[in-house]
Amino acid sequence: MKVVLQNLTKVFPARKKGGADTVAVDDFTYEIPDGKLIGLLGPSGCGKSTTLYMISGLQAPTRGRIFFGDQDVTQLPAEERGVGLVFQNYALYPHLTVLQNICFPLENLKGKDKLSKAEMHRRAQEAAALVQIDGLLERKPSELSGGQQQRVAIARALVKTPRVLLLDEPLSNLDARLRLQTREEIRRIQKQTGITTVFVTHDQEEAMSISDCIVVMKAGRVHQIGKPQQVYDDPVDLFVAKFLGTPPINVFDGRVQGGKLLLGEDTVLELSGVADGKVIVGVRPEGFVPEEKGGLKCKLLNVEVMGRDVSVVSTHPAFQGAAIRAIVASDAAINREAETVRFRLKPNKVLLFDPETELRIPFRA
Amino acid sequence: MEQQNKKGWLYLLPAFLFLGAFLVYPLIDVFVYSFEESFNFASQTYTGVGTFNFSYVLHDPYFLQALKNTCILVLITVPLSTGLALLISVALSSVQKLRELFQTIFFLPYVTNTLAVGLVFMILFKKTPYSDGLMNLLLGVFGIAPVDFIDGPYWAKMFVLCFYTVWIVMPFKILILTSALASVSQTYYNAAKVDGTGKWRIFTKITLPMISPSIFYLVVTGFIGAFKAYSDAVALFGVNLNNAQMNTIVGYVYDMLYGNSGGYPSYASAAAILLFSIVLTITCINLLVSKKHVHYV
Repeated sequence: MKVVLQNLTKVFPARKKGGADTVAVDDFTYEIPDGKLIGLLGPSGCGKSTTLYMISGLQAPTRGRIFFGDQDVTQLPAEERGVGLVFQNYALYPHLTVLQNICFPLENLKGKDKLSKAEMHRRAQEAAALVQIDGLLERKPSELSGGQQQRVAIARALVKTPRVLLLDEPLSNLDARLRLQTREEIRRIQKQTGITTVFVTHDQEEAMSISDCIVVMKAGRVHQIGKPQQVYDDPVDLFVAKFLGTPPINVFDGRVQGGKLLLGEDTVLELSGVADGKVIVGVRPEGFVPEEKGGLKCKLLNVEVMGRDVSVVSTHPAFQGAAIRAIVASDAAINREAETVRFRLKPNKVLLFDPETELRIPFRA
Repeated sequence: MEQQNKKGWLYLLPAFLFLGAFLVYPLIDVFVYSFEESFNFASQTYTGVGTFNFSYVLHDPYFLQALKNTCILVLITVPLSTGLALLISVALSSVQKLRELFQTIFFLPYVTNTLAVGLVFMILFKKTPYSDGLMNLLLGVFGIAPVDFIDGPYWAKMFVLCFYTVWIVMPFKILILTSALASVSQTYYNAAKVDGTGKWRIFTKITLPMISPSIFYLVVTGFIGAFKAYSDAVALFGVNLNNAQMNTIVGYVYDMLYGNSGGYPSYASAAAILLFSIVLTITCINLLVSKKHVHYV
């Protein structure tokens, strides 16, 4: 089922008189295609969870409409929307067993949808098998690990075959290894069931790795929507560029002069299609190639071996932060004892931004 | 480890000393008195040892009256006050406006002196040559003949006593239950709502189990408190409770020790031990029931 958000806006009125209202979500319009997994991504307070709660019906939008398929559900209470919602802290009922927790949504069905006890148990078993917790049905939530609780929460959300599955930071309470495993699990389950899924996270790696499409938000506004790789390669502004990628993009103050890109005194790139003047230059960590005659001359601080590749830490006068992080292949020739290291920059990993508006400036190398 | 153990005991010692001197020793003493016939405080003598004290008390019509009164009081006020408190707490939790004002109003009886409240109840219920009392005025509106609630028929007096008890114990229960309700995380309600759960089902399947430890605490302390009722009856009906047919077990114990007919520590002890065993039995039953219905997280 496709989900359509139309000019969705949520304003929280000021707590005190005379205070400013908080615009949590500002004019969000997007059509989530049927059967896809969408990642809502942004720093905390960007409105991603509010968007999710509006889709679920737990919060009412101030303006705008929400459609499930062709049905306008804006006025429909949460109880009647038929969404499955997985909470950050799972919200499993602690006094019920795993089986009772999973059966809970089914017991709410009334009238012609009412199920027999046997049918409920069969469906609960099915959902439990899908998330691979069939051996734990008689346990209480407190007797389960975080990862198992998360699976129970997903099973509970799936058991009533929801029209839309919503996941609110489902992995943030898990440890690193479990997070990796569970996110693959979520992807598998989503593909297997084909339920349109919205996934909220502040972890860009998480969002990029499992989403069909990501929505990058900041302070209530949607900055960019697109396929993960496309958003990463082709960010619309500095915020999106900075937010995606680990290690983060390296940002320099630079200028364009006569078809040349200069970082401080170093000419790093020849380019065309850009007017002369100051620019902000972002270079992805994988955009640095150590070369004896490279244009960018940096002071070498450290070389960190990470196995598959090597992280070269250095500084440059035009760099905005403390240390430049370049990821290079482990067989690259780097003299660790040297005071300086020179890089050639890969043109497709260099992004230019307007210093005023922070919007992307396209160029031809 | 050994050293630590000793230190731990040392820290517990003050509490043990006080408990021993003021709780355990008197308890044993009362137990001993209850088997010593015609014990005399002044001379510290008794005439024999046996179960006569218990048999006397159990055949004393005043004790049986007190036992009956106490049981009626317990059976009516404990469920009623807990249920009403739950109702009010749920209502309080669901209102936003004036919540603090209501909370203060509901809590007022708790900080008001028992005897002062008793006086107010007298004005409400007592029939004097000059006035029938506020309650009777109200009944008169519905065409019901005035009843003397303080010196009148047994059921009217019992009604006032129960009314009074419920009113006086409720604030504390409301306090406990509102804080218990507030501690139930909103996410559970959100989760239930998204799953299409009706209001009543949310209340019975989520709210009640989640606050069951608090309810259990209130039921247990409620039973114990109601069995020990005394001052409330005095506040309403004066010190001669036997005359008023409104005595309670604790009142009986007090009368046996210090009342007009006082000076019978053996009978008082036997009655106290009987009360103790009743309360103990009820509490044990409570604990057994709680195993199944109270959920500690």
